[in-house]
Amino acid sequence: MDIDVLKKVPVREQEPQVRAKNFEEVCLGYNMEEAQNEASRCLKCKNARCVTGCPVSINIPGFIKEVQDGNIEEAYKIISESSALPAVCGRVCPQESQCEGKCVRGVKGEPISIGKLERFTADWAREHGISPKKPEKTNGRKVAVIGSGPSGVTCAGDLAKLGYEVTIFEALHEPGGVLVYGIPEFRLPKEGVVKPEIDNLKKLGVKIETNVVIGKSTTIDELMEEEGFEAVFVGSGAGLPKFMGIPGENANGVFSANEYLTRSNLMKAFQEGYDTPIVAGKKVAVVGGGNVAMDAARTALRLGAEVHIVYRRSEEELPARVEEVHHAKEEGIIFDLLTNPIEILVDDNGWVKGMKCIRMELGEPDASGRRRPVEIPNSEFELELDTVIMSLGTSPNPLISSTTKGLEINKHKCIIAEAENGQTSKEGVFAGGDAVTGAATVILAMEAGKAGAKGIHEYLSKK
Amino acid sequence: MYKILKAEKLADKIFLMDVEAKRIAKSCQPGQFIIAKMDDKGERIPLTICDYNREAGTITIVFQIVGASTEKMAALQEGDSFRDFTGPLGQASEFVHEDLEILKKKKMLFVAGGVGTAPVYPQVKWLHQHGIAADVIMGSKTKDLLILEKEMKEVAGNLYVTTDDGSYERKGMVTEVMKDLVNNQGKKYDVCVAIGPMIMMKFVSLLTKELQIPTVVSLNPIMVDGTGMCGACRVTVGNEVKFACVDGPEFDGHLVNFDEAMKRQQMYKTAEGRAVLKLREGDTHHGGCGQCE
Repeated sequence: MDIDVLKKVPVREQEPQVRAKNFEEVCLGYNMEEAQNEASRCLKCKNARCVTGCPVSINIPGFIKEVQDGNIEEAYKIISESSALPAVCGRVCPQESQCEGKCVRGVKGEPISIGKLERFTADWAREHGISPKKPEKTNGRKVAVIGSGPSGVTCAGDLAKLGYEVTIFEALHEPGGVLVYGIPEFRLPKEGVVKPEIDNLKKLGVKIETNVVIGKSTTIDELMEEEGFEAVFVGSGAGLPKFMGIPGENANGVFSANEYLTRSNLMKAFQEGYDTPIVAGKKVAVVGGGNVAMDAARTALRLGAEVHIVYRRSEEELPARVEEVHHAKEEGIIFDLLTNPIEILVDDNGWVKGMKCIRMELGEPDASGRRRPVEIPNSEFELELDTVIMSLGTSPNPLISSTTKGLEINKHKCIIAEAENGQTSKEGVFAGGDAVTGAATVILAMEAGKAGAKGIHEYLSKK
Repeated sequence: MYKILKAEKLADKIFLMDVEAKRIAKSCQPGQFIIAKMDDKGERIPLTICDYNREAGTITIVFQIVGASTEKMAALQEGDSFRDFTGPLGQASEFVHEDLEILKKKKMLFVAGGVGTAPVYPQVKWLHQHGIAADVIMGSKTKDLLILEKEMKEVAGNLYVTTDDGSYERKGMVTEVMKDLVNNQGKKYDVCVAIGPMIMMKFVSLLTKELQIPTVVSLNPIMVDGTGMCGACRVTVGNEVKFACVDGPEFDGHLVNFDEAMKRQQMYKTAEGRAVLKLREGDTHHGGCGQCE
C-alpha cells in the first residue's frame, strides 16, 4: 500500500445508513497493517509536542514507534504507564484539540491518527489477553475512592500500582460511571471495551463495592473514622441534569439527556430482554449542542425517530467534537441552529405535542468568548414533536459535599480542590474530575485522577 | 448479592421480605427508600422501607404487584437474592431531626392507604420508641387487603381502621374518618402525614388545607437511578421543580401539584399511558412498563 505522508490512513466505519439502525460501534478501528502504515507517518519528534497536548502525558512517539515495528505488547506497556483506560481514551478523547492538535505532521498535512493508534494498541492487548500485573505485595494502607468513572478508576489504578489497598465505592449497580450510563454503546461498547478495562483494575487488586451511595449508605467521615481508610478520593462526577425552566417542561415525553441515555445505556432499554422501558419517539428534539446532545440524538435516531438538534448558537459554536457532529449529520440528524425553545406545548393528556421556538442571531462575544445569541423579535414558530430531550449540561451532585464536615464547595457546588494534587479543604480528602471542574471530558477527569493519586501518595508518605 | 431472609405474602398481591443489607440497615431513617434490582436485566425499582433491624443488618420491604417486574419479584423465595439493593435514598422524615421535647408536644396524625401502610409503620414505630403516641388512620379497599394491622396497633396511639366496602371496622374513605375525628370527636392535630395512592394523598391534602393542618405526603414517582441523576421523578412543589429522589420523597402536601404528578406517574403505567407508549415506542417497547404481557 502506498502511503501519502500528508494524509491519515483512513479508518473503516460502518456505513451511515446501516449504522443509523443499529447500536454496533460506528468506527471499526485499524487492523495491524493499517496501524503500522499510520505509525510510519510519525516523525518520532525528540521534543514531541503531542505529549504536551496529552493531559496524562503518554509517551506518544514511544508507543507509536513500537506499533510501527509490530511490537504491540511493548506499545501497550508504554501507554499503560500513563493511562488506565487506553481503549476508552482512544475512542472518546477530543484528540483534535489535544495530542493531534499539536502534531507537527499536522502543520502541512493531516496529523497522525494518535487516537486510533492508541485504540488499536489497547484492543490488540485485550484480544491477546495482556493486562497489567498486580503488585507483589501491598503496603497495607487503605484508600477509598468514591465513584468509578474516569477520575476514580485512574486514581484507583495508580494507587494500586503503588501498593495501596484501594476500594472503590460506586452508587450505581455497575462500575464505570459516565462510561456506562452516559456514552452510548455505538461509541463505546460496554461489554467489549469498558468492562475489560474495569476488570484490569480488579486484576491490580482494586476492590469495587457497588450500590453504595456515599452521603447516604455511609459517609466520608465514617469511612475514615470507622472503616480505617486513611485517605479518600472523591470522583463523584457531575450528575445533576439542568432544565430550562420553560413552561411545559414537566410534560410526559420531556426527558433529561441523562435519563434518556441512562435508560438506554445503563439499563439497556434498547435491547430485547431488558425490563426498563424507553420512549423512542417518532419526532424528537434534542435541545443543546454538546457531545451528550449528539449521543442522545443518535440514540433516538437508532430507536427509529426523526431527530432534530435544537441549538441557540451557530454550527461554529457547537461544543461537541467535530467528529461527533460529522457522524450525526451523516446519519441524518437535522440541525436546527440559531433556534431557542421558549415553551413546550402539551396535549390534554399531559404529553408533549410540540415546542415553541424563537430564531436567534449572534451578537457581541460574551464572557465565554463566543458570540452571544440574541432573539430575533417576532420570529416565534412551532415545531411539531412528541419527545423533547434536554441536554443543557450537568452540575455536581451535592450528596457528598452536604454530608462531609469541612469539605468546601464553590458557588457552582463544585468541590474546591488543588489542581496539582487534588487536595481539598478537608485533611485526607482529595477530589478531581467533574465533581471539581463541572462537566468536562473523560481525559481531563483522568488527569485529575492521576493528580489525586499523586497527592494521596505524597500525603500518606509523610504521615 | 443481597439475600432474602424471609418472604411472606401479606395479602392478595402484597408481599413482605426481609433482605440482608448491612450498610442500609445501619444508616436508614424513617421516610427513606431503597432501590432494588432483581437480576442483570431487571429494572431499578424504588421501594419504601417498612422496617429495619440495625443489629441483624436487615431491611424489611413491602410491595404490591403492579406489573411485570413486581410480579417477577413476588416469585422470589427465602434464600434467593436481589442482585442489587441500594440505599437508603431520599431525605428522612422531618420529625427525625426535630427537637424531641418540642416534638412530644405535637399531636400527630398518620393516614395510611393500602400499601402506603408500609412506609407509615417505621415512622409511627420511631415515634413510639421515642415516647410519642401518634394516631393512625388505616384505609384499605377491603378487609383482605389490610396489612400490618397488628404491628401498627402495637406502636400507634389510637388506630382507626376503615375499609371502602365496609367489610371490616368502619366503612368509607380515610378522609371521612378524619372529618369525623376532627369535627365530631374534638380531636386536634398539629401535623398530618399521609402516605398512600396519589389520589388519596391529594384528597387528604385538600381536606387538611380546609382544616388547617400542616400535611406531609410521600411521593413515589417514576425513577431510574434514585440519586438525582436523571430527573424522571421531577415534581412541582409550590412554584419549584423538585426531584423526589433527593429533595423528597416527602413534601408539603398543600404545595404539591398532584394533577401533574399523577399524569407523570401514568407515563408507563395506565392503559392510557400504555397506549401512547405503544404508539411512540414501536418495536422498542418490550415490557417493563409494569403492565404489558
